[in-house]
Amino acid sequence: MAFLVDMLVHATPLMIAGLAVAIAFRAGIWNIGADGQFIAGATAAAWIGVSASTSIGWLALPLALLAGAIAGGIWAAIAAWLRSRFGVLEVISTIMLNFIATYGASYLVRGPLQEPTHVFPQTSSIVDGAHMPLLIAGTRLHWGFVLALLLAIVAWWVMKYSASGFRIRASGMSPFAARSAGLINVPRVTSGAFIVSGAIAGIAGAIEVCGVTFALYENISPGYGYTAIAVALLAGLNPLGVIGTGILFGALETAASTMQRSAGIPATTASVIEAIVILAVIGIAQFRSRRSVSAT
Amino acid sequence: MTSGTEAFLEGVVRTATPLALAALGETVTERSGIINIGLEGSIIAGALGSVIGAAHGGVWAGFALGAICGLAVAAIFALFAVVLRADQIITGTAVTLLALGGTGTLYRFIYGSAGAALSTPTLNTTAIPFLSRIPIVGSALFAQPSITYILYCLIPIVSWWIYRTHAGLALRAMGENPAAAIAAGVRGKRVQFSAVLFGGALGGVSGATLVLAQAGTFVEGMSAGRGFIAIAIVVLGRWNPIGAVFAALIFGAASALQFYFQAIGTDLPYQLFLAFPYVLTLVALAATRGRISAPAALGRQDLEVE
Amino acid sequence: MSDVALELASITRSFGRTVALQSASLSARRGTVHALLGENGAGKTTLMRIAFGMLRPDAGTVMVNGVIKSFTSPGAAIANGIAMVHQHFTLVPAMTVTENVALGGHGRFDPRQSRNDLVALAKRTGFAVDPDARVEELPAGAQQRVEILKALSHDPRVLILDEPTAILTPVEAHDLLNRARELVNDGGTAILITHRLRDALQFADDITVLRRGATVWTGSANAATEDALVSAMLGDEHVPAGSLTDGVGRRSRADDSKTVMELRNAGVRDALGVERLSAVSLEVRAGEIVGIAAVEGNGQHELLRLLAGRIAPTSGMVNLPSSVGFIPEDRQRDALIQDMSLRDNVALAGAGVRQGMVDWTAIGSRTRALLKDYDVRARDENVRISTLSGGNQQKLVVGREIEWSHVALVAENPSRGLDIQAAAAVRTRITDARNSGAAVVIYSSDIDEIISLADRVIVVYAGRVSECVNDYESVGRAMLGVTTT
Repeated sequence: MAFLVDMLVHATPLMIAGLAVAIAFRAGIWNIGADGQFIAGATAAAWIGVSASTSIGWLALPLALLAGAIAGGIWAAIAAWLRSRFGVLEVISTIMLNFIATYGASYLVRGPLQEPTHVFPQTSSIVDGAHMPLLIAGTRLHWGFVLALLLAIVAWWVMKYSASGFRIRASGMSPFAARSAGLINVPRVTSGAFIVSGAIAGIAGAIEVCGVTFALYENISPGYGYTAIAVALLAGLNPLGVIGTGILFGALETAASTMQRSAGIPATTASVIEAIVILAVIGIAQFRSRRSVSAT
Repeated sequence: MTSGTEAFLEGVVRTATPLALAALGETVTERSGIINIGLEGSIIAGALGSVIGAAHGGVWAGFALGAICGLAVAAIFALFAVVLRADQIITGTAVTLLALGGTGTLYRFIYGSAGAALSTPTLNTTAIPFLSRIPIVGSALFAQPSITYILYCLIPIVSWWIYRTHAGLALRAMGENPAAAIAAGVRGKRVQFSAVLFGGALGGVSGATLVLAQAGTFVEGMSAGRGFIAIAIVVLGRWNPIGAVFAALIFGAASALQFYFQAIGTDLPYQLFLAFPYVLTLVALAATRGRISAPAALGRQDLEVE
Repeated sequence: MSDVALELASITRSFGRTVALQSASLSARRGTVHALLGENGAGKTTLMRIAFGMLRPDAGTVMVNGVIKSFTSPGAAIANGIAMVHQHFTLVPAMTVTENVALGGHGRFDPRQSRNDLVALAKRTGFAVDPDARVEELPAGAQQRVEILKALSHDPRVLILDEPTAILTPVEAHDLLNRARELVNDGGTAILITHRLRDALQFADDITVLRRGATVWTGSANAATEDALVSAMLGDEHVPAGSLTDGVGRRSRADDSKTVMELRNAGVRDALGVERLSAVSLEVRAGEIVGIAAVEGNGQHELLRLLAGRIAPTSGMVNLPSSVGFIPEDRQRDALIQDMSLRDNVALAGAGVRQGMVDWTAIGSRTRALLKDYDVRARDENVRISTLSGGNQQKLVVGREIEWSHVALVAENPSRGLDIQAAAAVRTRITDARNSGAAVVIYSSDIDEIISLADRVIVVYAGRVSECVNDYESVGRAMLGVTTT
């Protein structure tokens, strides 16, 4: 039972970050920066969480989540702007921004945002009003998990039934046809999807702070943004599928840390498995498409 | 302040060496039309490989094994990206994650998770007589670990090979118009595969340099994004071997700045200096708008034939 | 030594589910010009690509001088004395002519030596080129010569020419074919891939006809009559001679109709700042078909997209209705998303301006109606469009665009690459649209098609437009910039 709870708690950031990556990839945007966007969101939420006065009560939580979304969106917007204005490959810019976000958070938790005793590299705990309520009392399972499910369902519905969702899908599958046949403003649509992706990854970070850590510290993201890639790809970039694969990888990583504690097998084995999953998905997809190559 | 300047310049060349090695290899790779985002993976693999090699056979065995490990990682990338024609970006990302996770796992496996301060034999600086006495730049250029001199030799060799051999012509043609190259009799996939392996080998040497000529030890993730910075250096250097080396010097200077400022004492947070190379990468990529002079078929998944 | 320089016997080759060649054969005698004739999609290029080592056959054998060969790459074919001049140039635009011709060699590369070799070769064969020019700067005719020199530089015994006259002017084409004849007189063999009957009869010694991937006729050119060849090329769906050039449908007088599309002094500069269109003024009225004729690269690409509202002018003014249907030449890339269903592809029309939710039910029924009205052979609207044949894909595009905008339609080579029936269907639809009052602009690289369909003909030359008399001679000359007195 404890394992189940741990698994779902661990799955929550993976599901949301996986959703963020899936949306970006659907739009043809290689957002490898979910990690940095996560950190940006966590930082913003922590800032709200520690500076909010107790007088606003439970409003602190939605405010923190909103701040997380905005911060993540802005972090992605930097890469989106570099891409559309200067043609900078987003895979490189987002990875660079991951590093920059890490150092930025490190500076903040050792400097301006550091807890009052200046001993530990972390912020003070967030106010009670910013705490995510628990789903099951006495466990670590918080409402963030439900939020993750809701986000996934909304994303699925938007992609499938809304005009914007169709535009994103078309732009990702064929920017030429989207532009020529659909008269879709591909740069605007893909930049928009990029920023939304960042915002969602930012929410993941905010939820992590408000529901699990209750403070910001270095390494707030143990590579969630990269695992999210495996989560998204294995789900076939389907928002509903991300729920399943997010839980799967949550289980994988929980099991990995358990194994490290008990059997001494390094937890990094999980990353290896995740990378192999990505390669397997790509490889199988390539085999299938090469099987049915048709003459033009 | 002369010794300060000289120390700074020495630091620039020392920091630039691994970047230049990786960028030199990636230049060849990208000229063939393939972007190897997995270069970072080759670097970290080379770093770990060099530790193992040096432990068993000394420094140069370390470099050799480092090159082999870098090449092996690149081979995985090439299998998916060149042979199967999978998307290069996502394949490269996966390979990088695989290598980072794999080296972390292997390292802990072999050396224990206690993380005992592992140290390897390292290269001392070898001052070239007479040349290293040149004022200001002498010590920077000619009082370096020997791997830097190997880099100096590689630059003209690679340049000559790209522009003065038919193999180099075929390489460039693959990067510009693979259909044309193949129609002219060039073995396209073979050229690209070899180019990726070469880049991976140099990436491995780059990682070995980090260990054997700088840190003296292995730390998980010690490549710290250098593979991606190297890719930016290739763009900045306009896909030219000599340009890449000059661009590497610029980035070397950016990294060396932190030591310089530490030396003179400053209030600026150290994270600023750590982040500086990454910010510089973004600025450099934006400023060069590299897409315009890139090999025309760079990153293309299809070869337009068969 | 065998009398047959190159023989392909019972070659079969499929791409996925499409069978491109079904036991096709060709036997080219040494010292002859051998024409490989067939309609678009008959399999001619595929067959020769197998001969050249670019593709591997699923079954059948390739024999050079009577010896069975199995080429794994073009390099192997070149080493066996086979060279190919491709329909779509296989040149590296950013490299010089010298580099392009030298490509594929071995060992050290000395630019100066290669340049001298090239100049000598050019003199010997009579194809003049500037060895130092970058290919991207050369006009199509010069690029063609580079292609040819590339092939000749290997001193081939068998020279394959794939639709060599496709983009050349009539004069350049005749020149080239005469040169091929000279080379053959030297003892070599030339294989001429073409869909032009007259070229085959005039220049070839032997002819082989392919239809739907199979050899349906082979023999000497002397024994061939035009009717026999047409029969072989078209088979049972034989369209009576001359009907390809007959007008399809009535031509309406559109003088008093309102102007639907208008360009006034419109100019277009491309990304590199080169002016592609200068000061173009043009009006297209309701109920007329304006035909655009041009040699590729003279600006018609930009003109069509300007009229379709897909690009904006960099100078001047454009007046268009709110929606213009556009049938682009590269339908696979620009008109359809191959991995999406038919229904989703129909939803593409208007996707850029759609608000709120997508009414999939309505689009589904609209798609089914399109499938019926435009005779698109598909199981239902949910199958992937990539499973449809080229002709059916194009019919869907045509239907989608016509139904999307009833007032304006721009078509770019709409019948290219289609079999006879699909091409005829597409032409009929376009004239139907005109008859219902739409303003139609059609571009075709086939002058006959333009003349038969258009009410007025506009010729684009060097970025400028001029109206032209609607006959073959005048249009042909205007395309070359020769002004009629």
